[in-house]
Amino acid sequence: MKNGNIIHVKNLTKTFGDFTAVDNISFQVGKGEVFGFLGANGAGKTTAMKMLIGISKPSSGEAQVAGFDVKSQAEKVKRSIGYMSQRFSLYNDLTIRENITFFGGIYGLKKSDIKTKSQNLIDELDLHDEADKLVGSLPLGWKQKVAFSVSLLHDPQIIFLDEPTGGVDPITRRKFWEMIYREAHKGKTIFVTTHYMDEAEYCDRVSIMVAGKIEALDTPKNLKEKYKVESMNQVFLKLARNIE
Amino acid sequence: MGISVKHISKSYDKVRALDDISFEVKPGELFGLIGPDGAGKTTLFRILTTLLIADKGEATVAGYDVVNDYKAIRNLVGYMPGRFSLYQDLTVEENLNFFATIFGTTIEENYDLIKDIYVQIEPFKNRRAGKLSGGMKQKLALSCALIHKPKVLFLDEPTTGVDPVSRKEFWEILKRLQQKDITILVSTPYMDEAALCDRIALMTGGQILQLSAPEAIIASFPKKIFKVRTAETYRLIQDLKVFTQTHSAYPFGEYMHFTSMESDFKAEDLIRYLKGKKHKNIEVLETEPTIEDSFMELSK
Amino acid sequence: MKRFIGFIKKEFYHIFRDKRSLFILFGMPIVQVMLFGFAITNEINNVDIAILDHSKDANTKQIIDKISASKYFSIKDFLDNERDIETAFKKGEIKAVLNFEKDFSKKLMTENQATVQILTDATDPNTANTISNYTSSILSSYQELLNKDISIPYQIGVQTRMFYNPELKSVFMFVPGVMTIILMLVSAMMTSISITREKELGTMEILLVSPLKPFQVIVGKVVPYILLSVINAIVIILLSIFVFSMPVEGNLFLLGAETILFIMNALSLGILISTVSASQQTAMMVSLMGLMLPVILLSGFIFPISSMPFPLQVISNIIPARWFIIILKGIMLKGVGLVYLWKETLILVGMTLFFIALSVKKYKIRLE
Repeated sequence: MKNGNIIHVKNLTKTFGDFTAVDNISFQVGKGEVFGFLGANGAGKTTAMKMLIGISKPSSGEAQVAGFDVKSQAEKVKRSIGYMSQRFSLYNDLTIRENITFFGGIYGLKKSDIKTKSQNLIDELDLHDEADKLVGSLPLGWKQKVAFSVSLLHDPQIIFLDEPTGGVDPITRRKFWEMIYREAHKGKTIFVTTHYMDEAEYCDRVSIMVAGKIEALDTPKNLKEKYKVESMNQVFLKLARNIE
Repeated sequence: MGISVKHISKSYDKVRALDDISFEVKPGELFGLIGPDGAGKTTLFRILTTLLIADKGEATVAGYDVVNDYKAIRNLVGYMPGRFSLYQDLTVEENLNFFATIFGTTIEENYDLIKDIYVQIEPFKNRRAGKLSGGMKQKLALSCALIHKPKVLFLDEPTTGVDPVSRKEFWEILKRLQQKDITILVSTPYMDEAALCDRIALMTGGQILQLSAPEAIIASFPKKIFKVRTAETYRLIQDLKVFTQTHSAYPFGEYMHFTSMESDFKAEDLIRYLKGKKHKNIEVLETEPTIEDSFMELSK
Repeated sequence: MKRFIGFIKKEFYHIFRDKRSLFILFGMPIVQVMLFGFAITNEINNVDIAILDHSKDANTKQIIDKISASKYFSIKDFLDNERDIETAFKKGEIKAVLNFEKDFSKKLMTENQATVQILTDATDPNTANTISNYTSSILSSYQELLNKDISIPYQIGVQTRMFYNPELKSVFMFVPGVMTIILMLVSAMMTSISITREKELGTMEILLVSPLKPFQVIVGKVVPYILLSVINAIVIILLSIFVFSMPVEGNLFLLGAETILFIMNALSLGILISTVSASQQTAMMVSLMGLMLPVILLSGFIFPISSMPFPLQVISNIIPARWFIIILKGIMLKGVGLVYLWKETLILVGMTLFFIALSVKKYKIRLE
């Protein structure tokens, strides 16, 4: 946090009818931080993230992302963030190059920029033989690497990752985390939402949401010491049990 | 009542989903197939549940051949496919009733077997299955798979996408079922669940890397493992990669797991190297290998 | 048997809980019949026409009165000369002009022959055609009237004469077609979708790995739709009888039996479609393109088969709907029995058996 905070969330709340999905949460994320946003299905983490990326309006409270207010400057927020989800990220029936061109176009990159950037990306990931193959024919691990790189095309300050490495084999998963650390090292902020607790272990700090509230927020190390357990999985189990 | 798989191979178009797989599951065993997406787990399940025919090899379930005796097998196995496969527009109770009737039985008749699980979802018995949480869906699916007292239970990634609390409860349920003389074959991509099985097969790319009890697999890890941490994770990754002594170096949560090519490697050697690279807050400790370490070492 | 009833119960849950398919099932027949009955008809009502009367005598006056008395036409204008005709058409206010020749009565009395020219705006050919038919019909009935009054019975040489249903009701022609379309839609499309939905959701996997036999799954899927289709057929027939006063001349039992035969035919097609499609979307596309379009275009429902190019006439033979429409028209409008319809019935029976045999052969006991 030495470089200042890039996400400010204060008393953020979202209600649907009389159901409170996100209940008065507050936190900050520092620039260059790998921040884990954890919670079970239905704990409210997806709703909270949707507010942060400007596609859902908060019921009350405020949030600033990359210096922009998510309520009044949603379009500017969207331009300064990248997003990658495990469920949807690339079109399987387009080639790698076509995907890059398409997503570059969405973010309004110039044609010449797209060309140089896609070449850089292909060089960097060493995908020369695969660049013109359909994404659908690639192994899952490769897709994820390409998807991550694509979410970086427009040089966003923050990248939101939604369960990025579930189901991937252990080695590919680690290569993926190396890419994440590399981007964090370059000063990008990484915001990972997940319910896989082993993904949480890789984050600098994690917050754990239970029933709409943030019940814990600290480094994995401190959390494990606090709850006197060996893994984030056990931290989560203890927290969820206490609430029930 | 066990499972026997001999030299099974199966290809789709050009992709080899299973490549000469052989193993035995003993009666009453809780056997785990551990591997990432694309390892061939689902294909293997479908062959054993008589949904697919292998290109090569043979397999029996509870003594019946999966091709010739498919009707007999369909009567005595319970199967929970990888994705949630119940009727979302039917309520919990209607789903259960439906599966009971198509197996020619009733909920009451086999209530003792599913009681443990069903009491947890009973408060929601009039809710449509599509509106249940992930953990509840999975418990309902398991109840449906158990409703006819199967002898062999096939569970294809039952805990994928389910929160840690429900996962833990689910494994506790499996342990109890095992005591009722049901043979269970379960698959999972989560390496940490391996320890809960009697024996496991580590799978990747359609092949079995290693097959044994989880403790035995860990014990057979050939190297000393050190967990390493410094103030700068990214630089640590880079520096370990170029270290001449490195056999493997993987990020492992907040640490790196490091193995050396030398058998008499000591923590001090690494600390010295990292100090030379101007790392701060250096922490190097010998640690126990995990199934994940074994998996990576084997699939390297 | 208990398994089977359980299965059917489940199917009904699916149907009644899905608002969209409920609408297709019950809203569609009513909407379609009303649409075809009221909006899309060949009938004309109060069409504006103009008269150019060169004789202005007793006979032309009587004819004009008769025309203006009919509900089909309203006389908008009386023209003075030929030149006005084109102007009137160009303004677009009128659809037709009746041009009576000079000395109409005199010619009719002395030469037994007088001419009325019917000029129609053929930019809308269907309406033009209907207008000229209707006018000729009015003229010919006027002629009969004249004949009656004349003591010496001699013929008036007006040739125009046509046969259609006496009240000129096109809805009678449409009901059999609409009924065919709806039965096809409900039976074939809905069954194929409901079977492929199980494949898509993965529940088919569980059903396969159960002691249920394939034919039990299929029959269980089909039975609810037979019931629903029969209800639909009844609704359509009741609507056409009570809303459009359509006669059902023939035997109701025969009508019912033939309808069930056609429903079975459509269902077996639906099963066949579901065995070759992996997703609901494919099943729907195949049903729409492969079944609905041919039913609408090639069955003789809208376009007469006799005026199709020869290759299409040949193709129309393999479309079950073609034969069913003949049967329906025969029973409902002509009141004929099986003696006249055995050939069509036999063709439908044959097709149904063929489709069932093919589906049973194609149905998989495994996943691939």
